[in-house]
Amino acid sequence: MSETTLNVLEPGSKAKVIRIKGKGATRKRILDMGIVTGVEIEIIKRAPLKDPVEFKVKGYNLSMRQREAGLVVVQPLEV
Amino acid sequence: MTNNSIRVALAGNPNVGKTTIFNALTGAKQHVGNWPGVTVEKKTGSKKYNGYEIQFVDLPGTYSLTAYSIDEVIARDYIVEEKPDVVVHIVDATNLERNLYLTTQLMELGARIVIALNMSDLAENRGDKIDTKKMEKFLEIPVVKTVATKGIGIDQLLDTVIKEAKKGPHHEHMIGYGDDIEEKINQMENILEGDITLSKKYPSRWLSVKLLEGDDEALKKIEGSPVLDQVKNILSTINKEEYEAVMADKRYEAIDVIVPQVASRHDEKMTASDMIDRVFTHKYFGIPIFFALMWAAFELTFTFSVPFMDILDSAFAWLAGALADNVKPDWFGSLLGDGIVGGVGFVLVFIPPIFILFLLLAILEDSGYLARAAFIMDRLMTKIGLHGRSFVPMLMGFGCNVPAIMATRTIEDKNDRLTTILVNPFMSCGARLPVYVLFAGAFFGRQAGTVIFSIYVLGIVAAILTAKLLRSTLLKGDPAPFIMELPPYRVPTAKAATIHMWQRGSMYLKKAGTVILLGAIMIWTLATFPWGVEYGSEDSYAGKLGKVLEPLVAPLGFDWRIAVALLFGFVAKEIVIGALGVLYGLGEDAEEANISDSVEADPKIFALNSLGLMVFTLLYMPCIATVGIIKKETGSWKWMLFAIAYGIILAWTAAFLIFQVGSGLGYD
Repeated sequence: MSETTLNVLEPGSKAKVIRIKGKGATRKRILDMGIVTGVEIEIIKRAPLKDPVEFKVKGYNLSMRQREAGLVVVQPLEV
Repeated sequence: MTNNSIRVALAGNPNVGKTTIFNALTGAKQHVGNWPGVTVEKKTGSKKYNGYEIQFVDLPGTYSLTAYSIDEVIARDYIVEEKPDVVVHIVDATNLERNLYLTTQLMELGARIVIALNMSDLAENRGDKIDTKKMEKFLEIPVVKTVATKGIGIDQLLDTVIKEAKKGPHHEHMIGYGDDIEEKINQMENILEGDITLSKKYPSRWLSVKLLEGDDEALKKIEGSPVLDQVKNILSTINKEEYEAVMADKRYEAIDVIVPQVASRHDEKMTASDMIDRVFTHKYFGIPIFFALMWAAFELTFTFSVPFMDILDSAFAWLAGALADNVKPDWFGSLLGDGIVGGVGFVLVFIPPIFILFLLLAILEDSGYLARAAFIMDRLMTKIGLHGRSFVPMLMGFGCNVPAIMATRTIEDKNDRLTTILVNPFMSCGARLPVYVLFAGAFFGRQAGTVIFSIYVLGIVAAILTAKLLRSTLLKGDPAPFIMELPPYRVPTAKAATIHMWQRGSMYLKKAGTVILLGAIMIWTLATFPWGVEYGSEDSYAGKLGKVLEPLVAPLGFDWRIAVALLFGFVAKEIVIGALGVLYGLGEDAEEANISDSVEADPKIFALNSLGLMVFTLLYMPCIATVGIIKKETGSWKWMLFAIAYGIILAWTAAFLIFQVGSGLGYD
């Protein structure tokens, strides 16, 4: 499947990180939290009001707003 | 290490039990203050152990050591500049990968590290096996398994710290960043070593790496150095954003090589924590559960504490009265009783709700729920320019703004936090309710309930509009990113929660207390002098001030009595009623019913301006205690004065509109 960004994926799906867009503090923070090239990330669920979204990466749970998730370029994986 | 004294810094990710380790290491010998220039908590403590005097500093919990977050800058500057003998790095055994990311950066700092592999019982219980011997070999760092909540491994940790401290400074690095970047690092190191003072002060490999990552704070450190131009030359040849990403990749790559060799992970498909979370953040039940928990916390804090507050209140009132009546000369008795004891009492009366609130907050935080609360409310709060973490302090504001503002410390971003602090006073606190009850009851009869409810809604609207205004003017800027760990649910320990409660509570007593006391004495002076007049009467300075202020409040339909009452309301908003009681000659202990009759009988007060008065009471400057805590938490006189001025202007404008428009429409 082709490249997309993390925010468009539905809960239950998995994806492989290709790169992080943007710059500065937000991008660095995303990298520091372990969302680096090649890592597998799972979309767990959306908050009751649809935003933020919860992910599982490197064995722990992380939440990001759609806005931040939109910076993460991924390749969806077959579940 | 000098003589037998050892300086130790504690570093680690948030939610790894760092505070629990700190408590276990230092026991009760702790001091809580702020880091210089910022309101980030700094905890220090000491321990005598085997003839050594060990000093501990608890660094802010961080995931990384970048220049983007104030917590991270504090942590790394402390390690680089203060050069502690040993850095104890607390690592969550259940999440090695992300935790070791910080290890890689601590190693670059040239620190001598001891790893405390905490929560190792949780890891073992779920079937993980961690080979600490292998881990020590790979990392070249001693590793001690700990279970801080049960005190396991603490003595071994202390023994290891002492052993390592004797070894002196350490300069190793682990991460290779690949040929291209390594070449640049080498070039950069060579340049930096041309400046002797610089390379003595900072590990040159670390500084090189940071410069190449585009770290602005690192660049500031070499300002004024003769090698600055050469450094800038190299930086102009590289793509710093690419380097930043590649370096993070490489650190995680190195970790990915090590972790599978030292640990066998047992990943459960669905942990107990995941199951709990399914309920607490459920699509439909998540929000009702959240409100139920908040309601319970609110009730516990403000209802449960009422009898204790009443006891304290009467005790201090009795003591104040006794001193004022019996100590001679009279003015001295009055100063002691009405001024000082009254003021101190006013500070102490807040203890029950503050301590209960902080106990509950600690429990919510330690259990992992507070992060979920932010997760659930973020969408709503972002819409009004705040953060998911702003919700709890805003709600607590309906009880009392003082602990509510102290609770904003869980908000990381400075602008988010400042906005939350500044709009908090518009959440109508419990002290304002008696004022509404009195006037709404006297003039609005059966509509009283609706009027009071509308006042609360008006406060919320004022808070939302103010937040939006601040976010588009003084506190402009992109919303801070929301990238937050959702830690596993854990059972909070009573010890950690009580220590937390005690530290925050005593901080309120020490810092806010002094400001409140000064304010109370000031008001007492105004109400008492010139000597011989009745306390707070027309002839006192306060009364005279009221007359001076009368023209200012006349367009709002207020007379001088209301001006004086509002002036006293600065001490505490419920005093507005007591002050009116004094001015009507009913004495301070007048029953509410009496005041209500007097107010109704006074032709100067009627429905329209009483509505204005209620709105004014809602919006005008926060009480002394709140002003004191705003100063304390923002660390700035400017923002404190802003809060006062903004509140007064808003209140005046609103009351003016109500009175003038209302009169124009023929209401009275």
